[in-house]
Amino acid sequence: MIKSKELAKRVRIHALKMANSGGGSHIGSALSIADILAVLYSDILNKDPDNPQHDERDRFILSKGHAGAALYAVLAETGFFPLEKLTTHYQDGSDLCGHVSHKGIPGVEVSTGSLGHGLSIATGMAVSAQMDNKKHRIVTLLSDGECDEGSTWEASLFAAHHKLDNLIAIIDYNKIQSLASVSETLELEPFAEKWKSFGWQVREIDGHDHNQLYSALSSIPIKKGYPSVFIAHTVKGKGVSFMENTVLWHYRIPKGKEFESALKELEDV
Amino acid sequence: MLITGDLGFGVFNDFRKDFPENFINVGVAEQQMTGLATGLALEGKITFTYSIANFATLRCLEQIRNDAAYHGANVNVVAIGGGFSYGALGISHHATEDLAIMRSIPDMTVVAPCGYWETMEATAAIANQPGTAYLRLDKSSGDDTPQEVNESFHLGQARILRPGHDCTIITAGGILEEVLQAADTLTAEGIHARIMSMHTIKPIDQEAIINAVTETGTLITVEEHTIHGGLGSAVAEVLFDHGKTGNLLRIGLDMGFSSIVGSQKYLRQQYKLDAASIEQRVIKFLQK
Repeated sequence: MIKSKELAKRVRIHALKMANSGGGSHIGSALSIADILAVLYSDILNKDPDNPQHDERDRFILSKGHAGAALYAVLAETGFFPLEKLTTHYQDGSDLCGHVSHKGIPGVEVSTGSLGHGLSIATGMAVSAQMDNKKHRIVTLLSDGECDEGSTWEASLFAAHHKLDNLIAIIDYNKIQSLASVSETLELEPFAEKWKSFGWQVREIDGHDHNQLYSALSSIPIKKGYPSVFIAHTVKGKGVSFMENTVLWHYRIPKGKEFESALKELEDV
Repeated sequence: MLITGDLGFGVFNDFRKDFPENFINVGVAEQQMTGLATGLALEGKITFTYSIANFATLRCLEQIRNDAAYHGANVNVVAIGGGFSYGALGISHHATEDLAIMRSIPDMTVVAPCGYWETMEATAAIANQPGTAYLRLDKSSGDDTPQEVNESFHLGQARILRPGHDCTIITAGGILEEVLQAADTLTAEGIHARIMSMHTIKPIDQEAIINAVTETGTLITVEEHTIHGGLGSAVAEVLFDHGKTGNLLRIGLDMGFSSIVGSQKYLRQQYKLDAASIEQRVIKFLQK
């Protein structure tokens, strides 16, 4: 846990610096998923930075590609590419795109950025693994707003129908979308019941509690023969008091004193 | 892997019997069909997605662009029902802009075979090359029998189906049947048109186009598709890029949406894409 907590702290700091220097937005979304990514990459996923394409690796798809800064940070911290590369994020000529792109970036499985694509691609990888009797898992991290997309539910139906128990979805349920809260925008509740009724095994967890994350994600699938979904209750902007639970920090770029005080809060953890 | 969006009644019986593990019906869910195919292709599977008319392309356009094409995934999008193949069903089923839209996506191969032989060959060819392709099939077909016993098919290499020196009619898709009929009449009138099947719209065979305009002077493109962005536009771009303009007639659709319905034959007549109309328009253009 110490390892994953330290990783989460570093990911948050990197993401903040990347948003500041590159002028990229979505810092609230990156902070929201830092703990989930840290636990996955510290303790759950079978990954080898020296051989990022090895066949037995667990596949991870960040379907909410707008939080790409956090994924880039976790990949750099776990050795997929040099940390110095993070400083190019969002800059002219960089291949560290604002929304996740796989081209030229070791460890990025799939490019995303338009919501509602990741789960479908994950089902294809899961079917392939089942056909070939392979044991690796396919894990995808979705946003809550992404569950507005019809394609997410097309994929959801498919996964349950085909009993894809090697497929794990995690939903970053921070309850804030681009312009307003989820419940003001398009209510998802009863959210867990929706997934259950679509044929998934569902667990609700605290998406910032590393013990809960580890415990939940280390016993997957939840039930054999079913796809698993973890609805991770999170706080948008987690770790920076004035960013937490605000719509503003979906798009706002941390500059000047705001950047400095945010950095101090994250470093003091 | 063959993935259908709940269409192809009866068509897949043999395939399903022979390769049950390689067939998936995703239901009426074209976005899922294309994302699924991408995931499978990224794991090394050769995939074909299948639906009719615009469902295989426009309904899941972003999945074709972002998921399949950007990842260079071996996803081969197959639409049956090019042009007015499903003419009586109305505009939802008129696939009349697909070539233009598919052609604009980077790294896509776009193929519209004009008969059975080309369809067989093109299917194998797109499966055996990496990357994403669009295969537009038609309910109609022309006689595309190879002229030589050992003819081999190459993506991006146009085929000359009939020799000729007075002009070249370049076509793609099943409308070849109208073109061949028009060519018969033209021959009887002493006009010998070279007939070229441009089965691969992208990458287009630039050399064949330049040779044709150099050797026969006038080009006519015929497509059951809007004239904006499809075969005719692709040929025009090649001519313009090579400084050869002014001797191209683009025959295709240029009338807005068709709010009337009818058989493929009927709608071709209505929109001047039938053999008689093609023949008359060629003669008029040559007289200019």
